[in-house]
Amino acid sequence: MSAAWAWLRRNALLIYAGIAVLYMLLPIFVIALFSFDKTTFGRLDYTWSGFTLDYWRNAFSETAVNDAMITSLQLAALATIVSTVIGTLMALALVRYQFRGRGASNLLIILPMATPEIVIGASLLSMFLIYGLDLGFTTLFIAHVMFSISFVVVVVRSRLIGFDRSLEEAAADLGAPPLTTFRTITLPLLAPGIVAAALLAFALSIDDFVISNFNSGTTETFPLYIFGVSLRGIPVQVNVLATLLFLVTVIGIAGVLWQQHRAERMASIRPDPEPIATGG
Amino acid sequence: MNGARRRLVPYGLLGPGAIWLVLFFVVPMYYMGQMALRSGSLATGGFTFTWEWSNFSDSLSGHEEQLVRSFLYAGSATLIALAIAYPLAYAIALRAGRWKLLLLFAVVAPFFTTYLIRTIAWKTILADASPAVDVLKFLHLVPEDGRVLATGGAVIAGLTYNFLPFMILPIYASLERMDVRLIEAAKDLYASSTKAFIKVTLPITAPGIVAGVLLTFIPAVGDYVNALLLGGTGQAMVGNVIQSLYLQQRDYPEAAALSFLMMAAILVVVAVYLRLAGTGAFMGEEEEAK
Repeated sequence: MSAAWAWLRRNALLIYAGIAVLYMLLPIFVIALFSFDKTTFGRLDYTWSGFTLDYWRNAFSETAVNDAMITSLQLAALATIVSTVIGTLMALALVRYQFRGRGASNLLIILPMATPEIVIGASLLSMFLIYGLDLGFTTLFIAHVMFSISFVVVVVRSRLIGFDRSLEEAAADLGAPPLTTFRTITLPLLAPGIVAAALLAFALSIDDFVISNFNSGTTETFPLYIFGVSLRGIPVQVNVLATLLFLVTVIGIAGVLWQQHRAERMASIRPDPEPIATGG
Repeated sequence: MNGARRRLVPYGLLGPGAIWLVLFFVVPMYYMGQMALRSGSLATGGFTFTWEWSNFSDSLSGHEEQLVRSFLYAGSATLIALAIAYPLAYAIALRAGRWKLLLLFAVVAPFFTTYLIRTIAWKTILADASPAVDVLKFLHLVPEDGRVLATGGAVIAGLTYNFLPFMILPIYASLERMDVRLIEAAKDLYASSTKAFIKVTLPITAPGIVAGVLLTFIPAVGDYVNALLLGGTGQAMVGNVIQSLYLQQRDYPEAAALSFLMMAAILVVVAVYLRLAGTGAFMGEEEEAK
């Protein structure tokens, strides 16, 4: 008895972590579960009424759901490309150079992350209204790039801070022009950070409801579509597509992690760069 | 490359992003301020700038209740999230061993399902006839004829869940970076586990806690999705009012004025909190709070 008690005490924290993680995953489980729910009218009704594969077989039969998902994917892809490029350049400037206005730039990057989404959405809408701009895909694109930039900078910067510059110096010593060094050395070494940042930007964009709700006009992204039908009844296909999206993202991330793991193992094969210094 | 050109390089790299953020984050704030001082109506040909300061008092009157409620709900959700997050982050950073990556993944997994669908899933979980509510009733946490959905508790639960990763990640980052030899040193000097935790671990991870609290609290105050989907008629938050003023009633000046009042209230609370927490660590810690 006391042995069991001792075991419980020793592992209490890990047991707690297990329970907490189940709690984090519970809604995802519920989303997946209810994509198999046999509802009467093909709409979610918040109660379990039996198992069916119908909605997975007809995953793409609700055109409105598909259209919204396609809009979301296009928007997320475009916003991700632009914000990742812009954000990576900013991170390079902030980590590699000393210049006037660094503090202000840091503030400019931090503030959007510390502003409630509703204020970002409302202020953009105010500007678009005053200029009489038509709301739609373009305004959504502007907004999504805007709120993604900060997160990209933060992720890429954390990768840049622990960056070994000796390889770059070696390339420069061997006469490589700066742009060649950047293309053949810096970029490949930075790639995992950039990919992580892009994944985050993509997730943020496809997830966003609040800011989009203010600046979408009649354009419907996936979250906006769900919101629109949430009072009339959500097609079960929404859960099917959400589950699919989750699986694809998870597989993508697993791929990136595996690639990173492999790259690190390759790097560890390299001979010790400073065998002489150890004696000193 | 000559010296003058070299000095321009960082500005070239920074330029596109800085311009984007100024044009679409800073400038819109100015226009929201300008909007808050306009008068008129959509029916009579739009709004014109007239230094209409009364928008601020008008927007607040009748909505004090929602404003106060937002801070109460967001504050409660932040405290609960902190209580859940710290031990979890501690377990992941210092005890998980080979499970670390998997646990970390589980923490960010909610990000890969849409915010709205996640909240709707909670609506399913907390629905009147659901097994989860039966368990709560069995434990007498909810009265036999009571319900969870459409109560303040449901809104707080939703806020807690949705912003929890923002609490866990900064705390995890600060624990991960901590030198564990400091704890060993404390124990070598005959500190008990509890004392070592209070005297060593907690102060070292304080910046992570501060960052987590701010990253949870600030967005939670402005949220309206949880109150909309999980709350009833008596649980509206200030975000719901702003949203409705902007998008349904189209009273843009009052909506803008209320947004500013909410921001001002948040800034006051954050300033007081940072003062009490006695650290300006937020700026540096933000880095880890991805």
